[in-house]
Amino acid sequence: MADDTKSKTPLLDELEKGPWPSFVKEIKKTNNPTCEDLLGQLELSYEEKKGHWKHGGLVGVLGYGGGVIGRYSDVPEKFPKVAHFHTLRINQPSGWFYTSDALRTLCDIWERHGSGLTNMHGSTGDIVFLGTRTGELEPTFKDLTEAGFDLGGSGSCLRTPSCCVGEARCEWACYDTMKLCNDLTQAYQDEMHRPPFPYKFKIKCAGCPNDCVASIARADLSIIGTWKDEIRQDDAAVAECAAGGLDIQKDVCDRCPTRCMEWDGKKLAINNRECVRCMHCINVMPKALRLGKEKGATILIGSKAPIVQGALLSSVLVPFVPAAELYDTLKELVKRVWEFWDEYGKNRERVGELIQRVGMANFLDAIGLDPNPAMISAPRDNPYIFFQSKEEK
Amino acid sequence: MTAPAKRITDIGPPHYEKFLPPIIKRNYGQWKYHESLAPGVLCHVSETGEKLYSVRAASPRLLSIVTIRFFADLADKYCGGYLRFTSRHNVEFLLDDPSKIEPLKQELREAGYPVGGTNNAISNIVHTQGWVHCHSSATDASGLVKSTMDALCDHFTEQKLPAKLRIAVACCLNMCGAVHCSDIAILGIHRKPPKIQHNVLPKVCEVPTLIASCPTGAIRPKNVDGKQSVEVVEEQCMYCGNCYTVCPAMPLNDPENDGISIWVGGKVSNARTAPKFTKLAIPFLPNNPPRWPEVVDAVVNIVNVYAQHARKFERMGEWIERIGWPRFFQLTGIEFTRYHIDDFKNAGQTYARSAHIRF
Repeated sequence: MADDTKSKTPLLDELEKGPWPSFVKEIKKTNNPTCEDLLGQLELSYEEKKGHWKHGGLVGVLGYGGGVIGRYSDVPEKFPKVAHFHTLRINQPSGWFYTSDALRTLCDIWERHGSGLTNMHGSTGDIVFLGTRTGELEPTFKDLTEAGFDLGGSGSCLRTPSCCVGEARCEWACYDTMKLCNDLTQAYQDEMHRPPFPYKFKIKCAGCPNDCVASIARADLSIIGTWKDEIRQDDAAVAECAAGGLDIQKDVCDRCPTRCMEWDGKKLAINNRECVRCMHCINVMPKALRLGKEKGATILIGSKAPIVQGALLSSVLVPFVPAAELYDTLKELVKRVWEFWDEYGKNRERVGELIQRVGMANFLDAIGLDPNPAMISAPRDNPYIFFQSKEEK
Repeated sequence: MTAPAKRITDIGPPHYEKFLPPIIKRNYGQWKYHESLAPGVLCHVSETGEKLYSVRAASPRLLSIVTIRFFADLADKYCGGYLRFTSRHNVEFLLDDPSKIEPLKQELREAGYPVGGTNNAISNIVHTQGWVHCHSSATDASGLVKSTMDALCDHFTEQKLPAKLRIAVACCLNMCGAVHCSDIAILGIHRKPPKIQHNVLPKVCEVPTLIASCPTGAIRPKNVDGKQSVEVVEEQCMYCGNCYTVCPAMPLNDPENDGISIWVGGKVSNARTAPKFTKLAIPFLPNNPPRWPEVVDAVVNIVNVYAQHARKFERMGEWIERIGWPRFFQLTGIEFTRYHIDDFKNAGQTYARSAHIRF
């Protein structure tokens, strides 16, 4: 006779132990019958060391080309309750701020229509509702929009833009990241919901060069806050740091990448013309040093993970845009970039890969930007130059 | 008969202002400096003199609505119902009353959500879906994160490392977790070419798109039993899974050969040195659920060696650049193999092109 007290998921049960919060406990907590089968299928994966989800599947809500990821089990006879287990991506509010009421509204919707499991949040930033059946997609969408939420991006569209906490809670924000992120998201609703591009396009707004949203690694368009004028310095607070045990010579001056600071034991002198705005000294002494007042952002382009032609970091496109001009500048720039990419990008070619293929100089010509030495780490070191015949005029 | 209600679309996300606590609305853009009061507790001070206290706690990212409601209840009890999540999946409570910090921390800890992740700590691991919800994963992500953070949890609740240390997990080369710029990256990999399903391929895939998807040009058209299909030049395949992404008839899953690689030394911040990619440390470790002991041991070893040898403020990659890669392999005891030498595009840029050699 079968022993009913024996767990059906001994491998996963092991992951309920230990000090770090357990995702297995989370799945069990939902008390949703779907999650029983999810655990069963996951246990099977743990036994066999193999995933059991089928490839894709086109599902969605009416009039949208994205925001829902179709997911079907490849062992539906064993786990019928996860035969369909689709994901909805829901556009998060800027900065991932919520009220308890807003969270409860989302929970109630998901309790009615799905598994009760979420990701807070997905890697790109969306609220992720994990697991429902095809018939529940449209009703979930209706409840979400009535509560003021909308779907995020998936497929070859503008993916859900994201931003750091910015001016809401950080003294280092060089522009209003949450407003810019929200404004751009609202401006490009069509590009988010009806995929128009050769491949995905990501926008991330970071308030300072610390880049808490990893925009330089993860966004096709990286907007990184910076400042033009001098670091503001509070000499009394610098002395306080020194008295508190900070070795200003070793921990600040010697760690400066351009060695633009000098400390004579009493006074810190900064040669701001040499400063590259790396943030180290400000990070170490947030009370004593503040970034300047002439704030804005550097716009960089092209980063991505390895697929298809290898990983890229974003590179400088516009060295400085004043904070007040950011939105209009970006709107115009994005329009030109998308036009060129639409016309010349190959299927599944990110904009960074297109720039690699055609060359940055040709890309600049196409979008009407002048070359600028801030765009490169060094001029070319090979003599294979394509001169343009029109050059002489 | 009443007309059907208009279907609402393209409204975008709710405006963030609705969710900001009053103290943030009053001091928006006026923050002057911040102090770290304890691991997981930050105090931001405004030009107006007002102080905002943030209490940060770990989350498994995969959250049930039961736990989200628990967080909502905590927010009601301690901070007027206002909370946020961070870019590394932590949850943060936003308080204006410092006397409530300790009771909140205690309640979080008792419920199993450690408080920490600030400054020179290991913050939460950014990760992907894995076997919980993905079709192309070579491993599970949540199980790897849980096992790794169980071993490193003290580094979340303390701030004793030379600098911040960021770990990411991605369960295949698609890298939804963007592990390519983390201090330590745990990356699921396949190691065998796709097994072509010739009987379904013509029905579900476009052959030209499939051929174009391969970064090394390893896929060629081939007629199989009178039907249009493809073949893979196996020596040219590096198991990236691009072909599988565009064509479900090219599965790569292989329990015997799938596994984990470990990467080190990446960063996204511009502080001190420029952002950099992670580099290969360990080309292959076995998939060994539920606890992945080989992976956890390897990560803990790298963290320990780094903690022991790096100078104050040195991120993993900055430390390795100072001491050199030979010394990194020597100190960590990790074997250097032919797989560590790049042979993809621009590989020559990573060859040692000087006579600067440490002995």
